Amino acid sequence: MKISFFLLVVYALITTKTYSSESQNRLLEVYKNLRCLVCQGQSIADSNSDFAATIKLVVEDQFKEGKTEDEIYKFLMNKYGEWIVYQPTFNKNNFLLWVLPYAVLIFGGFIIFLVVRKTKRNKVN
Amino acid sequence: MKISISKIIIFSFTIFLLLVFWQGLKKDNNYDTENLIGSRISSFQLIEINNNDQYISEEDLKKNKFTLINFFASWCAPCRTEHKYLLNLSNKNKKIKIIGINFKDKKKNAINFLNELGNPYNFVGKDINGKISILFGIYGIPESILVDSDLTVIKKIVGPIDKVQYNEILELVQ
Amino acid sequence: MLSNIGIGLVILILALSFLIISIAYYDSKTSKQVIKKSIYKLSLLQTTFTILSFFTLIIGFINSDFSLINVYENSHTTKPLFYKIAGTWGNHEGSLLLWVNILVIFSYLFLVFNHTHNKKFRLYTLIFQNILIIGFLFFLLLNSNPFNLIYPIPLEGLGLNPILQDPALAVHPPLLYIGFVGCSIYFSAAMASLISGYGGKLFAQSIKTWVKISWCFQTLGIIVGSIWAYYELGWGGFWFWDPVENASLLPWFAITALMHSLIVLEKRNTLYAWVIILCLLTFILSVTGTFLVRSGILNSVHTFASDPSRGIYILSFLSLMIFSSLIVFFMKYKKETYNFNLKSRETFILVNNWFMIFFLVTILIGMLYPIFLDVLTNVKISVGPPFFNIIIIPLVVPLLFLMAIGPNFSWINSRNKIFYKALFIVLGSVAINVFILYFFGRYSLMSNLIFVSAIFLILYSLLDIKKFFNKKLKFGLSRIISHLSFGFLIFFIGINHQFSIEEDFNLKVGDIKKISSYEINFEEITMKEKKNYKVAIGSFKLTNLKNDMVQYLNPEIRIYSNPETLTYEAAIKTKITSDLYLTMSNISRSDFYNIKFQNKPFMIWIWISALMIAVGGFIQLNLKKNED
Repeated sequence: MKISFFLLVVYALITTKTYSSESQNRLLEVYKNLRCLVCQGQSIADSNSDFAATIKLVVEDQFKEGKTEDEIYKFLMNKYGEWIVYQPTFNKNNFLLWVLPYAVLIFGGFIIFLVVRKTKRNKVN
Repeated sequence: MKISISKIIIFSFTIFLLLVFWQGLKKDNNYDTENLIGSRISSFQLIEINNNDQYISEEDLKKNKFTLINFFASWCAPCRTEHKYLLNLSNKNKKIKIIGINFKDKKKNAINFLNELGNPYNFVGKDINGKISILFGIYGIPESILVDSDLTVIKKIVGPIDKVQYNEILELVQ
Repeated sequence: MLSNIGIGLVILILALSFLIISIAYYDSKTSKQVIKKSIYKLSLLQTTFTILSFFTLIIGFINSDFSLINVYENSHTTKPLFYKIAGTWGNHEGSLLLWVNILVIFSYLFLVFNHTHNKKFRLYTLIFQNILIIGFLFFLLLNSNPFNLIYPIPLEGLGLNPILQDPALAVHPPLLYIGFVGCSIYFSAAMASLISGYGGKLFAQSIKTWVKISWCFQTLGIIVGSIWAYYELGWGGFWFWDPVENASLLPWFAITALMHSLIVLEKRNTLYAWVIILCLLTFILSVTGTFLVRSGILNSVHTFASDPSRGIYILSFLSLMIFSSLIVFFMKYKKETYNFNLKSRETFILVNNWFMIFFLVTILIGMLYPIFLDVLTNVKISVGPPFFNIIIIPLVVPLLFLMAIGPNFSWINSRNKIFYKALFIVLGSVAINVFILYFFGRYSLMSNLIFVSAIFLILYSLLDIKKFFNKKLKFGLSRIISHLSFGFLIFFIGINHQFSIEEDFNLKVGDIKKISSYEINFEEITMKEKKNYKVAIGSFKLTNLKNDMVQYLNPEIRIYSNPETLTYEAAIKTKITSDLYLTMSNISRSDFYNIKFQNKPFMIWIWISALMIAVGGFIQLNLKKNED
């Protein structure tokens, strides 16, 4: 049964990598991932501001040119900083952000594993 | 209470957390793009407002010691208040060339605006749908960027230029 | 005059708190078995004054008494009566007074309803709760006083934000606060338990009902907030992982974990230390959430107006709370032995806690990381929905499986036949999933897993219901309902996410746009004048090309005059099968309007499932003592 704990954690890590939004509307997904710079906590998709309207035009153009989502995000981050994208990139600044939750998951599982194993040991004795 | 490693860790972590919160209160959470200072502007093509055959690109800016790129519009009220500083810069200082980019505006209104308030620009380009502003990392009007001959951004002014920033610009171009 | 009454009452409550603490402390030292009568009377007096102070503020709002700054800033003479009253708690100072009310009322009720429990424990609970009350009262008096005066007295108020004039939003804060602040009582009880040594099964029984109450109201409060956001904020979503939403979710996970662990503490008299930690953690998280949201440290679409001085005060209060609970806990902590077999219900409850804490920590990290990074390195990043979705959603799959089989394990130990039954139902779930795939379209691996696990939980729960009504299962109806509804919630969210049609485009009046099987005809815009706003109503003819049915959707752009605001009202047609959603917003200096059109299947079932989760909890509250 230790295997099942281990598998669970591995599952969590793997599915994270393969989880992607398979929505038909890639354009809208990009809008949702971009942050409106002049609004209080709204995405480009939800904002009615002038800035959001302009960004939508630029993103649409780049899509038509065949750029990928990553290229578009990189372009905008280059102009406006990492703040404009809602999904934090995995770099030396942010790797703790992505790693810590799983560290907690593994730690928690480890504790349960210890508790159950101790009980098993006591039973055997 | 016995002193153990885990207790020390927990207490230290809590103190650290609360200190960060305390410092965090002092930070301004309005985001601005000050981080752009030090980066280079990208390549662009700017079409002249009166003449569709005339345009400049980033190459032309390399000829200048300093260039101030100013985004303005006739419908923008704060643009009027900053205009006198732009005029001062263009008249008094030969080191700075000023490029005006007319943002989401009508040609007629822009021309009237410049006729009324004076034209400080060496070149006036048009940005009808706002896409060019994105190339420069602009998010509001008025906004100005000061670049050197290497096309490196040395100052960003979000909102109208005021006296303090005007003096800062003068200092930077010495 | 109202100001004097209000402040007077607040000072009286403060004085009573000090009095109660000292009398309770001395009474705890006596050998008598019964709590002094005067303590009950003082507590009741305190409660009465607190409720009266709240009424005083409400009267100020009803009468539009603009001598009170709070009324001036948040009300207006033309506001309908219902919203004038709701304005009382729709602002920072007023909501703080509501917090004090809940603290005091719960303090009194806990005292009165727990008379079968240990005297020292009850007295200490009262003492700690009153310390919390004093803390909040000082905050109120020194920094956020709803009874402050303004002179000269303005003739008209600044008006409540028009977006906040909505029945759901009027009711959402009180619901949520009963959850948020209700957990203060078991924070105090936990401290009291540590100090008085009153633990174990009896302690669990003393706080059980309070944990359930706060859970029910917290759940309901969060759901009502989501429903409001969906119908009012105009972006068609119901959860945005916004800091304010996250702040309400943090205590929710802790309360859910606690609620489950309490079952173990009561049944098997173990996990006492962990339960105490959860009790302390929950209210700490509530106050942390309040700090994050009201101090201005985070940027959000629905924060209150922020003020750094508030932040300093709440932070100080939070620090005192955390350090005192840590110190008391470490002083009194005794090592426990644990007896957990793998195939037992108590282990599965531990696993539930594992998941709840994981989700809690993920959200906490997502909220705090940008602050830490900014303070330590001056780099600003955003952590938004993609982060939370990517980390949390994959773990919902195993959670659903475990929610189904966990409750069916016996206490202490179980046999393996549970796994055979589970396998059988998994096959059934996969079959149903394949059915959906076949008829409605392909989707990703993750979505497949979500569907299979949600259907698994649904089927398993339905079988449990059958067992319950066949009298084979005596208890657990409320648990089955809540778990079943959670399964349905995830299932409908999955369907909604998979099969929604969403488009964002610009149209001029007279344009026609075709989207999937719909044709949208932007026929006209009409301007109208209403009582306190002007409105531009768009008329959109929607033709369903599959069956030629025609509907009209009328989104609005409203221009309010006090305060001057622009709001966008979505046109929403809610049906059993799906919702049609259309918003229209103007683009400056252009004839074009930005249109967002959505077809969202089974939207109303998402709300129904979510509400049923809370209903399950409320059913629990009404059951007789021995039923579980």
